[in-house]
Amino acid sequence: MFESYDPREGRLFSLLDVEGKLAPPPAGFPLMSDEQALAAYRTMVMSRQGDEWAVSLNRQGRLPTYALNKGQEANSVGALMAVRPDDWFVPAFREFGGMLVRGVSLQQYYLYWYGNEAANHLPLEKFHMMPISVPVGSQMLHAVGLAWAERYKGSDRIALTFMGEGASSEGDFHEACNLAGVWKAGVIIYAQNNHWSISLPWSKQSASATLAEKAFAYGFEGVRVDGNDIFAVYAAVQMAAERAREGGGPTLIEGLTYRLGAHTTSDDPTKYRSDEEVQQWETRDPILRLERYLLKKRLLSDADIVKIREQSLDCARSSFEEVEQAADTTREDTFQYLYREMPDMLAAQMQRRKT
Amino acid sequence: MKVLTLLEAVTDALRTEMASDRSVVVFGEDVGLEGGVFRVTTGLQREFGEERCFDTPIAESGIVGAAVGMAVAGLRPVVEIQFSGFAFPAFNQIASHVSRIRNRTRGALTAPLVIRMPYGGGIRAPEHHSESLEALFGHIPGLKVVIPSTPHDAKGLLISAIRDPDPVVYLEPARAYRAVRQEVPEEAYTVEIGKAKIEAEGDELTLVSYGAQMIEARQARAMLAAEGRSVELIDLRTIHPFDARTVVDSVRKTGRFLAVHEGPQSFGVASELVATVLEQAFDVLEAPPARLTGPDIIYPMPRGERHYLMTVEHVLTEARRVLDYEP
Repeated sequence: MFESYDPREGRLFSLLDVEGKLAPPPAGFPLMSDEQALAAYRTMVMSRQGDEWAVSLNRQGRLPTYALNKGQEANSVGALMAVRPDDWFVPAFREFGGMLVRGVSLQQYYLYWYGNEAANHLPLEKFHMMPISVPVGSQMLHAVGLAWAERYKGSDRIALTFMGEGASSEGDFHEACNLAGVWKAGVIIYAQNNHWSISLPWSKQSASATLAEKAFAYGFEGVRVDGNDIFAVYAAVQMAAERAREGGGPTLIEGLTYRLGAHTTSDDPTKYRSDEEVQQWETRDPILRLERYLLKKRLLSDADIVKIREQSLDCARSSFEEVEQAADTTREDTFQYLYREMPDMLAAQMQRRKT
Repeated sequence: MKVLTLLEAVTDALRTEMASDRSVVVFGEDVGLEGGVFRVTTGLQREFGEERCFDTPIAESGIVGAAVGMAVAGLRPVVEIQFSGFAFPAFNQIASHVSRIRNRTRGALTAPLVIRMPYGGGIRAPEHHSESLEALFGHIPGLKVVIPSTPHDAKGLLISAIRDPDPVVYLEPARAYRAVRQEVPEEAYTVEIGKAKIEAEGDELTLVSYGAQMIEARQARAMLAAEGRSVELIDLRTIHPFDARTVVDSVRKTGRFLAVHEGPQSFGVASELVATVLEQAFDVLEAPPARLTGPDIIYPMPRGERHYLMTVEHVLTEARRVLDYEP
């Protein structure tokens, strides 16, 4: 499927260049429609504005530690647009845009980072999504199990999971890839390679030239896509999704991208990487690139851009204000979801906490 | 009714639930064709097909992590960890996800899976094959932990575990697998999780144990009975959430308490039971509540096992001490 883009030969699948010029996709590969590209743009801008507002909120002391998505938006937005709304989505924690595509509201997203588990109340039938997974690299196994279960039940749903490049050092990455290969699971493992695992660069993370090439050792295909190119991400994920749906097994996609912001609001990236490197990646900003394309095609005007940004920021501000006004976690909330029925022992402990 | 060993009763429970519920799938290392290293899953693959009972690569974290996804998608996976001493690679999945999915999603998603594992010593096994880790699992909020000591309870508790809406760690006393036989109903039945069983009534001492250690506890009770001493023997059966009421009610009757288990002493189940007895029955105690447990040492290889395991003599000595205690 991705034979012309073998990562072992140093190939990268890319369609949209930094100037916003789109190359025709290879034969058989899907191309995002203008309408989809515009929708993707709006979502990416929402993610970016929401991200920047979150950082500002953190500095104002209104939001606890927050993990930034800035610069990586095309990965999860493109990937989620390329699968069905009822395919399983198993995120790591840098898939804000993808969560918006899946229908998670901005309030819900902010509520999570505000520190309330109620944000993860995502009914299965509506979202087909697992909550944000914090333990690095542990969630890909869930996607393998979900895909296995769907096939067992006779459904053609697949599972799309995300990880960062640092998670490839975790044992669970190996176990997930190995099981996915052996079971020929209908799963797409999408690794956002943003170059930095907090302070550790890829060169110290792995001796592999690419992450994608690891797939071949597990008996399936890996491909490296330009993760700042929404068209490439969309096409690659849709191809992989078709393969998974038809019983052709897993695909490992490495989205080459860059974290333009800090790891979280508690991190200071100037300690471990140079301004030059960041500036170089700023020129490859996925939103700018798509913006140039849309401007060239007259699907968007300069005035539209300003308006979309403003609307997004307004939306971020008002959503967070709603979150601040929402009821806080109650004592009952912290006790009653451990089990479907609260054991006497827990009920007694809860009673004792009454002041 | 058929007479079954504890091991056969586990197999019977699996077969019963697989026959009645297609969402029940069984997998783990060597559980398919071979039927597991102890042969607990013997015949299941032949009866239900490779899709429902299958071998996995040697990947404990993978087994449990994949089961999380399957359970969230609506299946009832029953996975086997070959020995509890090999559960450590799966600990992240167990403690970070299995136990937390319901709470994390405020009930939107659940992971009702069963993790079966043989545990405990006395089987002359290599290193890492004899651990008693129930206290570790019991310390993880969101898990249920059960241990049968009889074939009847083995079947009933496993059926309950499979049908339970929450994840259950089901620990099987390897030493008791073939040592205990009992009549077991052929149909499906449940034994309630969270309920201890008063196995024999008495009024001078409450003796609580579980798992393989029940073998020595029963012997000790019988020997004491022959001496005219009346011991109430309780099989705890569920480690977490444990049945404090049955234990405390018994102590209120006897005034004396002894908990016996194979697992290490510090921060163990007996410590929790003693604390509960002190909190809820202090006023009736006629002797300091006691615990008799494995020592806080690494489980020895076979040539040293006798320094770890407790015989009926150990139980008798400690039971007599508590019975005869005078302030």
